[in-house]
Amino acid sequence: MKVQRKTLSLAEKLYLPAIFKGLKITLRHMFKKKATMQYPEEHWVVPEGYRGAPYLVRDQHGRTKCVSCQLCEFVCPPKAIKITPPGPQVNPNVGNVEKEPKEFEIDMLRCIFCGYCQEVCPEEAIFLMQDYSLTGESRKEMVYDKEKLLALGGVHNDPIEKWKRKEMEAREQGVG
Amino acid sequence: MTNVTAERQEKSAVETVSVWIDGQAYDVPKTMPHPVSGEQVGTTMIQACHMHGIDVPYYCYHPKLPVAGNCRMCLVEFGTPALGPDRQPLYNEDGSPQIRKSPRPVIACATPISPGMAIYTQTPEAKQMRESVLEFLLINHPLDCPICDQAGECKLQEYAVDYGKADSRFVEQKVHKPKQVDLGPRIMLDDERCILCSRCIRFTRDIAGDDALGFADRGSYSILTNYPGKPFDNNYTLNTADICPVGALTSKDFRFQMRVWFLKETKSVCTSCGTGCNIMIGSRNDRIYRYTPRENDAVNSCWMCDYGRLNYKWINREDRLREVQQRRDGAPAKTNWSVALKEVAERIESSPSGSIGVVASARLTNEELYLVRRLVQDKDAITDSVPRMGEADHLLVDADKNPNTNGAHATGIAAKKVGADIATIADRIRQGKIKTLLVFGEDVTKHGIEADLLKELDTLVVSDILPNATTERADYLLPGCAHAEKRGTFTNAKGRVQKFMKAIEGPGDARPEWEFLHELVQRKTHDGGSANLPALFNEMAEQVPAFHGLSWGELKDTGAQASL
Amino acid sequence: MDLVSTMVKISGVVGVLLLVVAYMVLAERRISAWAQDRMGPNRVGPWGLIQPIADGLKFLLKEDFTPNYVKQPFFWIAPAITIVPALMVFAVLPFGSFLGSQKMVIADLNIGVLYTFGIVSLGVYGIVLAGYAANSKYPFLGGIRSSAQIISYEIAMGMSVVPIFMLIGEPGLLKSLGGEGGAWAKFLAGTEGLNFSRVVAYQAESLFNWLIFKQPLAFLIFLVAAFAETNRLPFDLPEAETELVAGYHTEYSSMKFALFFLAEYANMIAASGLLVTLFLGGWSLPFLGLDDPATSVLGGVLHILIFMAKVFAVMFLFIWVRWTLPRFRYDQLMQLGWKRFVPLALANIVITAFVLWTVAGGQA
Repeated sequence: MKVQRKTLSLAEKLYLPAIFKGLKITLRHMFKKKATMQYPEEHWVVPEGYRGAPYLVRDQHGRTKCVSCQLCEFVCPPKAIKITPPGPQVNPNVGNVEKEPKEFEIDMLRCIFCGYCQEVCPEEAIFLMQDYSLTGESRKEMVYDKEKLLALGGVHNDPIEKWKRKEMEAREQGVG
Repeated sequence: MTNVTAERQEKSAVETVSVWIDGQAYDVPKTMPHPVSGEQVGTTMIQACHMHGIDVPYYCYHPKLPVAGNCRMCLVEFGTPALGPDRQPLYNEDGSPQIRKSPRPVIACATPISPGMAIYTQTPEAKQMRESVLEFLLINHPLDCPICDQAGECKLQEYAVDYGKADSRFVEQKVHKPKQVDLGPRIMLDDERCILCSRCIRFTRDIAGDDALGFADRGSYSILTNYPGKPFDNNYTLNTADICPVGALTSKDFRFQMRVWFLKETKSVCTSCGTGCNIMIGSRNDRIYRYTPRENDAVNSCWMCDYGRLNYKWINREDRLREVQQRRDGAPAKTNWSVALKEVAERIESSPSGSIGVVASARLTNEELYLVRRLVQDKDAITDSVPRMGEADHLLVDADKNPNTNGAHATGIAAKKVGADIATIADRIRQGKIKTLLVFGEDVTKHGIEADLLKELDTLVVSDILPNATTERADYLLPGCAHAEKRGTFTNAKGRVQKFMKAIEGPGDARPEWEFLHELVQRKTHDGGSANLPALFNEMAEQVPAFHGLSWGELKDTGAQASL
Repeated sequence: MDLVSTMVKISGVVGVLLLVVAYMVLAERRISAWAQDRMGPNRVGPWGLIQPIADGLKFLLKEDFTPNYVKQPFFWIAPAITIVPALMVFAVLPFGSFLGSQKMVIADLNIGVLYTFGIVSLGVYGIVLAGYAANSKYPFLGGIRSSAQIISYEIAMGMSVVPIFMLIGEPGLLKSLGGEGGAWAKFLAGTEGLNFSRVVAYQAESLFNWLIFKQPLAFLIFLVAAFAETNRLPFDLPEAETELVAGYHTEYSSMKFALFFLAEYANMIAASGLLVTLFLGGWSLPFLGLDDPATSVLGGVLHILIFMAKVFAVMFLFIWVRWTLPRFRYDQLMQLGWKRFVPLALANIVITAFVLWTVAGGQA
């Protein structure tokens, strides 16, 4: 195919006007307001819906919302999540929920902050929060355990309280 | 269908009939054996469909259990050949037989076929019926998949994907039932999840012979329960967790240990007795989480005993032997394989004829026993295994607790009666005739060769998996692998040669016995034979009369009969 | 005495030069950042002013890695060969008038411009040698490109300055500058034809005498050729990172790399100095009495500062252009050099000769 090229005027052929135009643009930018943020002194305001570090949450009654279904571990593309299920010991205090993870570890060095864990979670127990600046002095330190994840995640208000409602209903029906 | 079923069909020469399934003609046997009694009974629609790979969803039907027909999931439409006034079949213009469709659907699991019958599994009506059945099943289902161990292998989940609705139309309160019911020592029941298919009841009544379970209460309040005061504790209870299509019955041992979708499934064989039930090993990251039975109609059908199923924890034990050791100045010291194998081979080679005794466990594989035999065959060595007899039961458990006694016979390790020569070995050690003792996988101090006697030996070579009194006294300690950590074959109590595959890696320096035995034979004779397991099996099949005609490839998943 | 003063001048010039080179790197980084709406390095010291020292320290402390398969002697000597000519150019440039009784030029050569071109040509050997010695394909390509490019543009560059010396070769230059006995007479004492002092003297008279106005075409050709000679964008093909990783210095690290790095900036300063001397009036300004050689120390210092200010302005242009224009394709570069600039420079010589001949009344 033959491409039709624009026939250039003498000024365009000389290339000089274009160069001056370019120089003008860069010169103008030298005096513009700078986009750089002076990081440690200035902090970025994280927008709504930002995908920062994934943390675990508790509900308003202090219950660990995670039930150790391991779907996040399954879906996690870089295999950053490692869950240790509770095993067969029956915990009489958990009632209808029956289980919560014995250990829950996220390797923040592996995590790619994709948000799949949050999306797949059937219990709304894990959220990508606003933290983007995670630091540690060793690899081990960057593997966040359950206690740390829960402490960082805080409380997430759960308006539905599925498990609690099930328990209430069962009690009303005289089962349990 | 399996070979055995095919064989049985051939023997009884069952006549075949032609049926139309979704518009295509298929030949199916007119009768098939009843799963419990074995009598020939009419072939059902679901059997005809599954025989030809046509899917009909079901919950309560199970090919190895009597039919109950209570879940209604397998409802299909059908028709019969139309007959004219002269009782002769009518034909369409294109020559195909005219079908008169039945106005009502039937359950495919309990309806026998008849010649010329047409079965429709994919009509809109059939699909709608499945959707409605599923909707009813889900009415009182708690939908607690996140905390349910069945998730991932749950029929309710699978069919909900195929036939379920995205939203529930059910606005009333669900009926709640007992959860975490302790049904027996190994089984946990969640009544809310139960869909009342009665598979477990039929299994334990008709297969296990322990009529321990039943339904109580009516309608929406029906629950599965054991008879009061009669715990569900026979040796086959965990099979009910396998056949439970939902998460109502779960194994206490596997409960909340690992989600099933993480488990790597490896075909293997149970080693707890001479039956050699076919199993699937579920493992993740070199840890075994469970055994489940694998169908083999020649051995264990779809079942296995609870004892065998739970007898895997020793494989993950912390005190497994991990180091190759050599006794220096009276104390065991770490060494490596090449040094240890070189020296062991030299010691065997330099031993005079008749001065070697061998105790090789009947828990070793056929190939390993064959290599042990090759290692000492020119030294006039006395070889034997350790007998391990217990009680048999009515279903699967064999009296012989060694998984490979017949292999020990076939390879010539054990004389006619296993264990008969151990006393001879002990005597000869006492007399100073036997100076070198090779022990594979047994603690001989518990089987007739006392610890003090072992001191009389010049060389004690021990290979084992776990530490014991014999390994403590070894001059050379060679850590071996459990069956889950290697490939190989066992010959079961009925002479069936069955192969098993490697599920996990052995701990530390441990190597499969056949590997280092092959190396020992190679070092000693400079003709080690085949260096990989399939070829080794084929070589053994040529050398050992009992295995003539067998080959690794033809063993397939379910094994083949040896000529003992 | 003469030797001592020359040594002092040399150390002064080289010292200032190296300092300026170091800060040119900082300037380059800051200006490029500004052009891209960024800040640039501003953390080391106030406004990042200590950054060059930190950079230097970094270069010193980094591992000096010599790859296994390089041709070692050449590999080691190439950086030195690159930086030395860049510094040597300054020997003949008058960077001021007088400081006390000393003329502010290290070597007052009467063949100044020839010396300059000779030295500049040497610079390419370092680059070619680096490309060859690295024994690796990208540096090799970079070296080849560099040699071809520098040779091509040297021709255009050399021819572009011919008209200048045709102009200043006019008889009676000293006469129009106050004649014998004046400051200029002292400044031009012993100078002839191709001496740079005469170029400055010619331009000092008035702004109009600046050769940028008398020879705009020559200026343009020289400017563009200077970009090419110093391997600066838009002609940085020898180290085009998108194509050649880092070109001829791909395999270099630590201080040896730093030498290439410094040489690039030293070359830029040398080219700017030449440009200032040849076209922008050198150390002179045509007003406030700064157009005559200084008689006081203050005047001498002022002249040096004027020279430096002009050099910095040209350096800014170098940097500014780098962050404005994209890289030329290799064939475009060659076409521009051979098919445009060489004929243009030739024509410029002919036209200048013709004009001079006409002004002189048609006499030879």
